[in-house]
This record gives sequence, structure tokens and C-alpha cells, in this order.
Amino acid sequence: MKIQTLMMSSAAFAVAATGAFADGHGNMSNEMTVVSWGGAYQSSQDNAYVKPYVEANPDVSVTWDESSAEAVAKLRAMNEAGNITWDLVDVVASDAIRLCDEGLAMEIDHDEVLAAAPDGTSASDDFGDLIVSDCFIPQIVYSTTVGYRTDAEGWNGTPESICAIWDMENFPGQRSLEKRPIGNLEWALLCDGVAKEDIYDVLETDEGQDQAFAKLSEIKDQVVWWTAGADTPQLLADGEVVMGSTYNGRLFSLIAEQNQPVAMLWDAQVFDLDGWIIPAGLSDEKLARVKDFLNFATDTQRLADQSKYISYGPARMSSAPLVSTHADLGIEMAPHMPTDPANATNTFLYNYEWWADYRDDLDAKFQAWLTQ
Amino acid sequence: MSSADMQQTDGPMLAADGTPLKKSLSRALRAQKIRALLLIAPLLLFIVITFIAPIADMLFRSVQNDIVSETLPRTVVELDRWEGGDAPDEQTFTALAKDLAVATELKTHTRLGSRLNYETTGVSSLFRKSGRKVDEVGEVYQDQFEDLNEAWEEPATWVGLMADPDWISGQANAEGAGSPFLISPVAQQALPETARMYSQFATVIQTEDADNPAQEKPWAIVYQALYEDLSGGADAAAFYDGDLVALITEAQGAVGGFETQPVREFFLDEIDEDWADPQIWGTIEAFSSPYTAGYFLSAIDFQLTPDGVSLRPDDERVYGTLFWRTFKMSMIIMVSCILLGYPISFLLSNLPLRTSNLLLILVLLPFWTSLLVRTSAWKALLQNEGVINDLLVWSGLISDAGRLALINNQTGTIIAMTHILLPFMILPLYSVMKTIPPYYVRAAKSLGASNWTAFWRVYFPQSVPGIGAGCILVFILAIGYYITPAIVGGTDGIFISNRIAYHISSSLNWGLAAALGTILLVVVLLLYYIYDRIVGIDNVSLG
Repeated sequence: MKIQTLMMSSAAFAVAATGAFADGHGNMSNEMTVVSWGGAYQSSQDNAYVKPYVEANPDVSVTWDESSAEAVAKLRAMNEAGNITWDLVDVVASDAIRLCDEGLAMEIDHDEVLAAAPDGTSASDDFGDLIVSDCFIPQIVYSTTVGYRTDAEGWNGTPESICAIWDMENFPGQRSLEKRPIGNLEWALLCDGVAKEDIYDVLETDEGQDQAFAKLSEIKDQVVWWTAGADTPQLLADGEVVMGSTYNGRLFSLIAEQNQPVAMLWDAQVFDLDGWIIPAGLSDEKLARVKDFLNFATDTQRLADQSKYISYGPARMSSAPLVSTHADLGIEMAPHMPTDPANATNTFLYNYEWWADYRDDLDAKFQAWLTQ
Repeated sequence: MSSADMQQTDGPMLAADGTPLKKSLSRALRAQKIRALLLIAPLLLFIVITFIAPIADMLFRSVQNDIVSETLPRTVVELDRWEGGDAPDEQTFTALAKDLAVATELKTHTRLGSRLNYETTGVSSLFRKSGRKVDEVGEVYQDQFEDLNEAWEEPATWVGLMADPDWISGQANAEGAGSPFLISPVAQQALPETARMYSQFATVIQTEDADNPAQEKPWAIVYQALYEDLSGGADAAAFYDGDLVALITEAQGAVGGFETQPVREFFLDEIDEDWADPQIWGTIEAFSSPYTAGYFLSAIDFQLTPDGVSLRPDDERVYGTLFWRTFKMSMIIMVSCILLGYPISFLLSNLPLRTSNLLLILVLLPFWTSLLVRTSAWKALLQNEGVINDLLVWSGLISDAGRLALINNQTGTIIAMTHILLPFMILPLYSVMKTIPPYYVRAAKSLGASNWTAFWRVYFPQSVPGIGAGCILVFILAIGYYITPAIVGGTDGIFISNRIAYHISSSLNWGLAAALGTILLVVVLLLYYIYDRIVGIDNVSLG
């Protein structure tokens, strides 16, 4: 008898609570599934965006899904099945462009959805060129760069240019490079004497592609090819390779957090972007919640906050001056940002439009070259 | 024998109730069969819905190609006339502009672009670029029609011209997008191109933007179609009555003096000169049919070009090598599993039950650890600075400079996969060996056979069904593996499945992935058939 009363009253309470919620917040869904990469990156997002948001909106529950690596394929499958279970997805810019092309991501009006900068600059001006697609909401600038062991044996000097990768005489030992043509072909041409501004023009021709592969062939037997961002840090820590490319945030945690004898080579770092997309076909309630969250999570202060937890540069211009110190280590984060002037003396911006065209073709060539 | 009995043996045999026995028997059997079928129905349905149907759907994608003809219906028809050489004529470009205008609104043009980019590099950005500008086609005519008579700016004029009267009367109180648009049969006769274009416009804004055609001015491309219809010379005004007659007659009289803009020139000069490239058009034409062999050709290093089928350039051929490597290495892994698994199973089946159970747990232990953990453990063991190399250097067997390359190559894949698949060989072998009575070997020995002869002539043949089952299990599992090769295989230790995974999750070329998967499936079935012919599938025992 008692239990029954208890249950009935709690049911009544639940109904009342739901009613009150619906009145107070308009028609916003209470649950949100956010997709990210897992690991340190996701936890930086959790700390900088999700936790403060949930604190301000205690009714909302956020579920993380660590599927960003397969986001494009999974979103396509969900779309075909007509059942979108994700509300917000973190992807790299090239994937965002592809999702937009495929009609799997929603086009948004950046100025309408996102908050303006504190000085009143509109969101689209504040993000500027980093809005590489109508569906893409930039979040961080990261770079693929090279780390090397500072205690490598038999080395003659320290690497100062990206071409140290090809310099087997002065810097012998195994290297690790990403198992895809993007980035590697550009570096190869750059170290084969092609000027930076001509690289994509050269790479468009068959001769240019042959030239890039020929340059890569010089070191092919000394290269370990990585597919996951954690591979190179592990290989460097184990001493399996003496230098290797990976995302700058991974190297930061290897150097600053784990104190490994590794140093960064910022030369010719390849800039890339990571950010949010909203899957196409969300219900109005879900969409309203996602937009509310996005407005909060991509404002100037929040983007700057993320850099307390990971060394990636905020995508808003107005966030840069607000970058402070690491949440645990207390060190100044600005010098570890890929966008820091001292690090960005020679940089490369990954040409999305170009790679969208040449990706399939060059990937086939790259794979064929690997199997030869 | 009575005459009645005689009669019965002549005619069909009858059951007690007088029906022929054969019929009665088959009825009883049918009832039984249905009952049996009903009993397995839940499982059958489950397998069909969750397993067979998705696989069939996936395999079907290897030939499916309706995206081109669905996205560019007019262009595909016009291209039938095209004979190669230069870029096609004005009419084809007009068709392309109309198709692209619709596709851009539906956002399917970029999807088609990525599809065709698998075949010809550059189509992806060409379509994206064209989509941004194609809404300008027809603006020249739109301005001139509107200058001629302001009525052409009014959505109501257009609805009056184009919509079915029933639809218009149904719109009076409609909210939002209104009921699905109906084109008027009169308009289809009077202004066929305009009617087709306008009805697409109306449907798209209703479904995509939830707007009502009665309140929206049509796209510029509709004016382009109107210009074509009116300048064609047919007497459109004759089909209409009331104010519309005057409007159309006026327009018909004026179009002769309109400033024109050829669509072909607009595409080549304003959008992208790549549209002059016959290769782009050739690709569209080659892939215009709803089904294509293109994916299968790609999967065996060929390509479908406008001039027919040709071998891919040398530096793009990869699948032949990968298929061959996958089979070769799966065979090597299978043989290593036999060599390692046979003695273990023999030992297990001949030990007392208590000891053998303990050892069996050791065999099964790896099963209970995650595959990724096991593979990563191999990484730690096999790498240059890893445990095995360190031990060998420490023991002086190899020098520090001569460390063995055991990982990121085929050796790594073979070692790790043999370990992972070993239990699949040991278990069927063990269960078969368990059933071989020990007195056969004893009998052979008592008849004078040596140990080896007794084993080879008496014991081994009886264990063959176990080997067969183990081989099939290990080989089929190995051929589809991709996590382990991806982690320890480096460049020359990866399998065809790694490419399938890449095309599924990264390049989104599901058609090619499906074609590769289909080939793999067919080859496995073929091998199974050959195995059946040589060894006999009855000789396989899982225990």
C-alpha cells in the first residue's frame, strides 16, 4: 500500500516536472548525443563546454559517443536507415565538406546560430576563412607536425627544417609518417625544391605526382606508416622511430605531460581544422537544443577555455588573447599553440577544395606505391 | 483373391477414407513440414531480416548506379546524341543547366560530383562550383520578360498558367506548403518545357522549403524554359483563354527580339572551362545507365572509360596484388596453424582428462582477452626495441645493429594472426582426435607397424576431418581479417579487407567496397566448392 502511494506520487511529480520543464524552456529536447574522438580531446571538450553547459541547464543530459573517426560512414548509414541518433558531431574540416556535399550535414547560418564576439564582431567575421563549408562550425586549429627524439644516437645537429625527414645522413633512424597521401606529398615536393605556392599546381600534373612519390621512395624503407594519432607518440616513446609526424596536441602531451625526451619541429606544419556539424534531419526539439548548446559552446570564452586542457588553437580570432594556462600543469599555453607566431613562421594550410578532387585518385596511387 | 482386391491393385492405392494413398501421405507430410517451418520461422526471419537482407543490399550496391540518371535525367537523354570529340551542343548544356538547377536545390549535385569523382578526378569541385552559379542561367530572360510585362513577376500569373485548376481551387485556404502541386494538362501541351521545369520548381519548394508555389516567384531557369518554348514557334496562346492569351501573345511577339545568352558559353566562360573537356562528358555518359560494371572493373584494376574497358595505369593498380596477397597469406597462416595446432591437439587428446582440461583452458584463454589487447601485445613483443629482439641481442644471437624486422611487414601479420586463429584449429582437431579409439593404433603396432607407420597410416587418416574443419574455419576467418593486419601489417602485410574498410568508412565509395566484398565472397565459395570436390565436405567434422 505504502509503496503504491509512493510510486503514484513520484509519477505525479514526474509529470508535473516535465510540464514545468516544457513551459520553462520552450520546445527543447532534454537529451543530446554528442560525437567526438574520445581520449584527451573529448575530455577537453567535456571540461570546457559540456560541464559548464550542464551546470547551467541541469535538466539536460549529454551522452558522448566516441565515433568521430567513422562519423561519415555512420551518418550515411543512419541517413539511409532514416534514423539519426546523433545530435552534434565533431569532425575534421574535410569530412565536414564531404558530409555537406552528401547532404548528410545541415547547412547553417553562422551569424544566426553562433554568438558574436564580445566586441560585437559577427561570428562569420570572427571565424573568418575558417568557415570552409556552410555546414561547418570551426572549433580548433590543429596541425600535423613532426616530433623528434632529442637523444637520438649518431645525429649531426638538430633538425630545423621539415626536410630533416629526408636527411638520412645527418639524422639516421626510422621515421613515422601518416599512411595517407595528404601532407606527405606536399612535404616531399617542398623538400624536392618546389616553391610553397606552386605545390598544388605541380601536384596536379602526372609528372609532379611522380616527382613527389620518387622523393618519398628515397626514405620508403625507413618509414613506419601510422594510422592512429596515438601511434607516433608511442613509437617515439619506445624509441622505435627517431622522428615522426602526428597531431601537435599529441606531441604536446608527450613532451609536456609525460616528459619524454622529444622536441617539436614546427617547420612546415600542416594546419587543419576540427569542428562541429549538425546532422541533417533532426527533429525541431533536438535542433533547438543543439543550437542552444552550440551558441554557448562556441562563444569566445568557451573556445579559449578549451586550450586549458589541450594545446590546440581556438578557431575564433577573438579567443586568441584569452588563452591562458594549462589547467593541471599551470604552464602558459600560448607558446604551445600551432598558431603562435613563433611556431607559425612556415606553415601550410591543407587545401580542402583541391584534396576533395584529388583524394580518390592520389589515394589509389599512394596505395599502389605502398604495395610496390 | 476377390475381384475387389484385384481392382484395387490395378488403380491407385487408396487410404482408409478412400482418397489415394499418395495424396493422403503427401498431405500428412505437408502438415508436418509446415509445422517444422513454423517452429524455425522466428530464427529464419531473424536471420533473413538482420543478416541476409543487409548483405544482399550491400552486395547490390556493387552494380547500382542510378544516381546519374536520377540527378541528370535530361542530360542523360541528350547525351545519347553526342558522339564524342568536342563538348556537346547547346541543347545538351541547356538540359544540364536545368538538371543542375534542380539538383542544386535538392543538394544532390555534390553527391553526384563525389560519385563521378571516383572515376574522373576533378568532377567533385566542378559540380560544386557549377552548383554555386547555375541559378544565374536564365536571368537574362527573366529580366526581359519582367521588363516586358510586370505580370511575369507575379507568382499568381505563373500559377494561373501552370497549375491544374483543381489544385488552385484547393489552395484557397491552404497553409504552409499547401497540397502537392498538380501541373495543368493544358500547360503541358502549350508550353511543355516550361511546364516540366515549373512543376519541378513547385515540388522542390514545397518539399524542401515548405513554401507555397502560389506565393513564390519561379527560379530563373523556368524563364529560360519559357523562352525556349515561346521561341520554338508553336502557338501557345491558342491553348489559353482570358487575360493569359494577351500575356502570352505579347511575349511570343517579343521573344524574337530578346537578347540571348547561349547556355554553353555561360558554362564554359562563367562557370568552368573544364566543361569543354570531353572526358567529363564521357564519364557522365559511360556511367549514365542505372546499373554499371564500373565498380567490379575497378575492383580488378580495370576501368570503364568512354572508349570502353581498359587496364588501369600501372601506378594505380593495387587490388590484384592485394587479393593475391590475402589468399597467399591466409594459406600460410592456415598451414602454420596446422603445424602448431596438430601436436597440441594430439597431446591434449592423449593426456588424462584433468591435465588436458587445464591445458585446454590455456588454449582458450586468449579468447577471453580483447582482440586489440592481444594484437597490441604482439606489437610490444615484436618491435625493433621489443622483448624478442632484446632477448636475442642479450643472448648474443644477433647483434644490436642486426635486429630482426618482425613487425610492420608480412612476418608480423603471419605471427600475430597465427596466434589469434590457433584455437580455431585446435578445437575441431581436439574434438575429432578425442573420438579416435586408441586400440586402432595399438592393433596396427601389434601387427608389426612402426610408430610412424601406425601414426601415418592409421591415426592420421582418422584425424583428417578435424584438419578439414580447422582449415576451413581458419582460412575463412583469416581472409576477412582487417584489424590485426592494420595494426601489425605495415605496408606489405595488409589485406584486401583493409581496403574494403577504407572504402566503407573513409572514401565512402561503398559501391567499390561492395564489389570487392562480392569478389571475396565468390572466391571463398569457389574454394569451398573445390574443397568439397577434392576432400568432400562429409569428411569435415567439428566434433
